[in-house]
Amino acid sequence: MKVLGLHLGLLALLAVLGMILPAYHQGNLSRIMVLATYAVGYNVMFGYTGLLSLGHAMFFGAGMYGLGLAMQHGGVGAVPAFGIGLVSAAVLSAVVAVLALRTIGVAFMIVTLMFSQAAFLSALYFGEWTRGDEGFVLAQQIRRVGEVDLSNPVTRYYAALLLFSVALLLTMRMTQVRFGHVLVAVRENEERTRMLGYSVWSHKFWAVVISGTISGAAGAAYALLFGYVGASFVSVPYSIFPLLWVLLGGAGTTIGPFVGTLFMFYLIDYLSGLTTAYMLVVGIVLVLLTLFARAGLMGEIRKRWVPWLP
Amino acid sequence: MTLRLDGISAGYGPVQVLFDLSLEARPGEVLCLLGRNGAGKTTTLKAIMGLLPLMSGRVLLGAAELSAMPAHEVPKHGIGYIPQGRRLFTELTVAENIEVGLLARGRGAETREKVLTMFPRLRERLSQRAETLSGGEQQMLATARALCLEPEVLLLDEPTEGLQPSMISLIRDTVDVMRDAGVAIILVEQRIEAVLNLADRVAFIENGHGREVVDVEVLRRDKALLQKYVGI
Repeated sequence: MKVLGLHLGLLALLAVLGMILPAYHQGNLSRIMVLATYAVGYNVMFGYTGLLSLGHAMFFGAGMYGLGLAMQHGGVGAVPAFGIGLVSAAVLSAVVAVLALRTIGVAFMIVTLMFSQAAFLSALYFGEWTRGDEGFVLAQQIRRVGEVDLSNPVTRYYAALLLFSVALLLTMRMTQVRFGHVLVAVRENEERTRMLGYSVWSHKFWAVVISGTISGAAGAAYALLFGYVGASFVSVPYSIFPLLWVLLGGAGTTIGPFVGTLFMFYLIDYLSGLTTAYMLVVGIVLVLLTLFARAGLMGEIRKRWVPWLP
Repeated sequence: MTLRLDGISAGYGPVQVLFDLSLEARPGEVLCLLGRNGAGKTTTLKAIMGLLPLMSGRVLLGAAELSAMPAHEVPKHGIGYIPQGRRLFTELTVAENIEVGLLARGRGAETREKVLTMFPRLRERLSQRAETLSGGEQQMLATARALCLEPEVLLLDEPTEGLQPSMISLIRDTVDVMRDAGVAIILVEQRIEAVLNLADRVAFIENGHGREVVDVEVLRRDKALLQKYVGI
């Protein structure tokens, strides 16, 4: 009950913040919630299942391009286009899972990185449709659901909150049911899990599909809410970001991905106002956190003070 | 149900460790595997569980050929395995560890209750993460989790290793309960005293080859076999 209370409390806080924050921070938080959803997806695979992917941007991109291309070239409405984005990410993650799960450890990381590079190059290669590196803008008038204008900052904020809420509550629930427990068991000891009668492969497969689909939902939402689709979102840095957010916030914690994304977003935002060498300072902060809070911010809180934190 | 190893050979990659080993574990008895370090005792247990591919031979539980199944199907046929070093899921709580064990074979609240009655100390620690348990409690949890499968055959790899005497006695009591319930138990154990107390029969393994299989009474009377195969 207290777990549910904590998560609902966070969502309620975010809902209230949407009403009182100044426009600048409201816009930031909209973006953070969408990116945190991406991190939540990444966390399912990395934090809970122990599968380190270096190519998650392809799933984010599949959602983004699935929605973007359908709306831009197919004239599809926002809601069905969002569905196309989700299906694109789910299908891609299933295909990648079947192929990449034939490997483990470093080989798995490399294979996911290679797939992601292939996705990135595809976005550039089919420039006639995707407009390559430059990307394309989704016009304000098509980013609507019925009468609701998703480009409106307040609507956008609450749409982002809705997306994040679904992803957060889904992973919270996952930690309470057998499927989630088995994922943690797989992460800790594959052989032992197999010895209890569970198919490790099928659990890993579903972890990749769920993770990829949530990441794809974030990509589709990003395109829909912020109106831009570009190849930079499929590039290597966008595969590394969710890893950093999750590590910072706490891998294998439900709230960690949000905390990590929030922390890093505002750290860069603040430091970039002080110095052009802000990434150097960000790097130092990350090194310090890795040294002194190895389990990430929420992971350390769980370890030291709140052991029931999922 | 009787577990039968029918001339199995197995190893790690090209390195063969077991050579044409045949054994039989019967319901309601404890069969202890004895041999020097590296003789192939743990390898035998891993081969039974399907963790190592067999080079030849078969593992049979009743009429079911376990060696023809993928490893994750083996426990579903009622084989519980408690490996050396316990190997709990340390990030999960005691309750979650037990639940993972229960659901693997579709067992429910009744089995959970039975297991917790056997290990009341675990009931007091249900919400505690497994990594915070003492060594003895971890062994209890590893045993409890395997018992959640309600196994017909239980494989125990050095269950008393590193435990204090009170815990050893608890493990011994648990083995007795399981034996009385008709479970076939294969035990790998280095402590001769524990072997003499727990086992009904002892199978000696030497360099991966099966040697004599004797009643424990024979060993109690005559220690020459221990000298020959274990060097004690």
